[in-house]
Amino acid sequence: MSTHVRHLRGLTIATAVTVTAALILVFFYAPLDAEQGFVQKIFYIHVPLAIVSLVGYCLGGVFGLMYLRTGKRVWDMRSYCAIHMSLIFSVGGIIAGSIWAKASWGHWWVWSEPTLVSYLIVILLFCTYQPLRFSIEDPERQARYAAVFAVVCGAFVPINFIVVRLSAEYVHPRVLNLEGGNLPGPMKLTFYVSLLGIALLFATLMKYEMAAKEMRIETRRLRRTLLGDDAVRPLGRTASPS
Amino acid sequence: MIALFAEAPALPLHTAGPYVAAAYIVFLLIVLIYVALMARKLLTNSRDLRDLRAQLEEREHTGAGPAGPAPVPERIAEPLEPAAHE
Repeated sequence: MSTHVRHLRGLTIATAVTVTAALILVFFYAPLDAEQGFVQKIFYIHVPLAIVSLVGYCLGGVFGLMYLRTGKRVWDMRSYCAIHMSLIFSVGGIIAGSIWAKASWGHWWVWSEPTLVSYLIVILLFCTYQPLRFSIEDPERQARYAAVFAVVCGAFVPINFIVVRLSAEYVHPRVLNLEGGNLPGPMKLTFYVSLLGIALLFATLMKYEMAAKEMRIETRRLRRTLLGDDAVRPLGRTASPS
Repeated sequence: MIALFAEAPALPLHTAGPYVAAAYIVFLLIVLIYVALMARKLLTNSRDLRDLRAQLEEREHTGAGPAGPAPVPERIAEPLEPAAHE
């Protein structure tokens, strides 16, 4: 059994339980925010999605670095899947954030807000990852260039985050910091359970994607064994690790 | 901008409800669409893999040699199509 498929069932169950618990806590346990009221419930989905996606981009960079060090294709696949999942989570995070901004600020988007704009820049930067892969046909070169891209852009994410945190002019709320933030107990518990749920969801979906890719590679290998190299059509251009 | 945030009032439930619902529905939709696509891909791949393993076992039992280029199945002999962007 593949290393990616191992523990997949347990992880899926843990994810389902944690996400369900998080939703119950959000709507039946966490108190209403005194300033924002019910709209603040969006915070429990928007912030974990943003945090997990940013961590995912950094993970993609770490996996890319591992590929450059070891040359093992599995690290390239991990890097690809981490960045792919992070992009999906980013889209969810930015849409949820936009909805919250509309409800709270009356605007879908505020261009003068560094947190929002820097997050958008990170997303747009990683949106070029797939076209970059797609533009390189040779799998070895594709993996190497993509790993360099993932490392450089992955390093950009925490730098970008720190610069924005140091910026003085912002309207985006700051509820978390190194001292634990200013959330009351029940809200903090709900937030951490939501964060855990989203992180588990990220790990589960990433593992499923890797399992699908491994299965595809195994299918091609078996086809070659059965029919010979000439009978299996080449992959051609693809952004996915092969 | 700070004044904008300071003046943002807590919306009443009937106004805030649709916004909260929309945020969670978008999240659920994204996850569901992704899971559905992945499940379809996994099912197709696992079916192909099962068929190929069965063929390989059958070949090993019958003691046939490695494949030659002659019996190429139709689906593989199809002209190359541009690879899907995954």
